[in-house]
Amino acid sequence: MRFRLDDDQLALRAGVRELLGRCFGRERLRAAVDAPGRLDRALWRTLGAAGFFSLRLPEADGGAGGGLPEAVLVFEEAGRALLPGPLVATHLAADAVPGAAHGETVVTAVDGELVEWLDAADTVRGDARDAVPLRSVDPLTPLHRLPESRSPAPDPVAVLLTAAEQLGTAGRVCELAVGYARTREQFGRPIGAFQAVQHLCAELLVRAETARAAVYAAAVTADPADIAAARLLADEAAVRGARDCLQVHGGMGFTWEADVHLHLKRAWVRARRAGGSAWSEERLAAALAD
Amino acid sequence: MDLSYTPQEEEFRARLRAWLATALPGLPAKPPPDDWPARRAYDLGWQRMLYDAGYAGVHWDSSPVLRLIFLEETERAGAPYVGANFVGLLHAGPTIAAEGTAGQRARWLPPILRGEQVWCQGFSEPGAGSDLASLRTRAWRDGDCYVVTGSKIWTSHAEVADWCELLVRTDPDAPRHRGISWLALPMDAEGVTVRPLRTLAGPAEFAEVFLDEVRVPVAHRVGEENDGWRVTQVTLSFERGTAFAGEVVACRRVLAALARAARENGRWDDPVLRRALVRLEAEFRALWRLVQWNVSEAEASGGVPGAGGSVFKLRYSHARQELYDTAADVLGADALDLDRPWVPDRLSALAYTIAAGTSQIQRSIVAERILGLPRGR
Ligand SMILES: Cc1cc2nc3c(=O)[nH]c(=O)nc-3n(C[C@H](O)[C@H](O)[C@H](O)COP(=O)(O)OP(=O)(O)OC[C@H]3O[C@@H](n4cnc5c(N)ncnc54)[C@H](O)[C@@H]3O)c2cc1C
Repeated sequence: MRFRLDDDQLALRAGVRELLGRCFGRERLRAAVDAPGRLDRALWRTLGAAGFFSLRLPEADGGAGGGLPEAVLVFEEAGRALLPGPLVATHLAADAVPGAAHGETVVTAVDGELVEWLDAADTVRGDARDAVPLRSVDPLTPLHRLPESRSPAPDPVAVLLTAAEQLGTAGRVCELAVGYARTREQFGRPIGAFQAVQHLCAELLVRAETARAAVYAAAVTADPADIAAARLLADEAAVRGARDCLQVHGGMGFTWEADVHLHLKRAWVRARRAGGSAWSEERLAAALAD
Repeated sequence: MDLSYTPQEEEFRARLRAWLATALPGLPAKPPPDDWPARRAYDLGWQRMLYDAGYAGVHWDSSPVLRLIFLEETERAGAPYVGANFVGLLHAGPTIAAEGTAGQRARWLPPILRGEQVWCQGFSEPGAGSDLASLRTRAWRDGDCYVVTGSKIWTSHAEVADWCELLVRTDPDAPRHRGISWLALPMDAEGVTVRPLRTLAGPAEFAEVFLDEVRVPVAHRVGEENDGWRVTQVTLSFERGTAFAGEVVACRRVLAALARAARENGRWDDPVLRRALVRLEAEFRALWRLVQWNVSEAEASGGVPGAGGSVFKLRYSHARQELYDTAADVLGADALDLDRPWVPDRLSALAYTIAAGTSQIQRSIVAERILGLPRGR
């Protein structure tokens, strides 16, 4: 029982963080916000070359032979960086749709009543007839809506990777809140010296760390009930964390210029993915009633 | 990330499990909660059984992983809780082991392990709770003794304790944190008066302790004179670190029983209640993983639990209270009947966000020591 990241995993995390900082840093992020609906194909190919989509394919099939723990670390970084695009759907299509594994093909999937990135995708998995565009709350995730829910029970891997992205948001908004609290001054001292602000930050960390333990463990066990539980914790850590981070930023938090709203809006989009909380709750209820 | 256990660890678990299966059926019935002498005898008897079977030192001798397995398995089997041995096993003992002299270790540790002596914790005072460093109980030197005068409060198990880990002020002129010393006080010394305090849960769990010119040999001081605050930090890191691990297992058992009860009385069909139970299931699964994470970190850093203990303590104490509030929703009107299971636990859970440092204080610790925010006032 050595439930910590091993050296390879630490290196993987550092490598992905460095790559994303280079090819999707703050400037690229804000440029993407200013040009909504455009999926950056060059970035997609870069992600493909870095193994984002082929990560769990066997080495014989050109993959990296990684497992769920590695995938979770990579998607956590994607979440931190607010990386746009149907990442989970493409990742899950790596062994089924030609070109998906290497980022040549953009794959999206019908997910309940919603489809992300329908217009930008090359391939849609599922039945997207009669989909109508909606004005997406998240400027970085174009959405279409279907007349009714048209997907079977979600793939637990989609649930887990969504949780991993939420975890990335939870960790990032904690950092943003703490960084702001250290530097913003009011009443002659940093606001982080005020207990009301300190306690918001402490709860941000506590929620993120609890979710982290749950998500990492679910990646190790791959047990659907563990995954469902982790998803519930990660949704909470991301959504509540982003709101508290916004609160710590005061009026600045309510502006378009601060990134906080982007994290909150993305967290809201992800919270509806892969069965939303209802599926995870009922999956876990079944385990509890066993 | 590895959640599997080594063959040696699994072997320890299997041996312990087998022993528990034979030892537990022979245990006498649990005494009623308000009969302290009987509870003391019961708790010490259990400790003696552990000692004879070779499991007595697991709390502070072995690796954090073995300690975790010990807590997990004893709880899973429904073995007695540490009870009156809490202070001795979980913090006085580890503190003496880490900071005491060879003579002190030889004198105080074996009786704790053998289930012969009960310890209590005399830290809090009427005017020094969250602000522990403002404590005023005075100790001045008279030859080879300290003469101690003052009072302590909320001292759990004081009524039946043999020894008390006592914080006293040995230098009133030094800055607050610098003038404190850590003493071992024999509870039968002349000048010690114990006044039990009833708790909201009914029985007297803790007491007020009055100290009137009590003579304590200087040789009973653990650590240097006026260095007691540092020694105390060691004590507290043990208290918050792994002490609650077994309770998470217990909470998951309660939750499974609640789900069963809800299905029997039809409340499971209420989606609001079912959802509340499921959220708790997710919570306690996550808390168990957090324990495993903290234990792995502790193992990697030489065995001392780190600040992750505060993260865990904060989250766990609230989850435990929510668990028993939800139990009340499952019970319906029976939630007002003290003879029902879970009702007394609902009351005692109210202590968790206060004892061992309130949630407010824990949040400040997380903010300042883990997140590095500027010190508040
Ligand atoms: C069941 C139980 C058993 C206990 N057993 C023991 C024992 O065996 N030995 C022992 O020494 N002690 C024991 N305690 C004492 C416990 O450690 C204290 O009760 C606790 O530290 C709080 O101190 P206080 O009661 O004086 O509350 P106070 O410090 O007076 O706090 C009152 C309220 O003010 C808040 N507050 C205080 N200061 C701040 C601040 N700086 N920022 C924000 N909020 C603040 C607190 O969070 C709390 O909500 C026990 C307590 C309980 C409930």
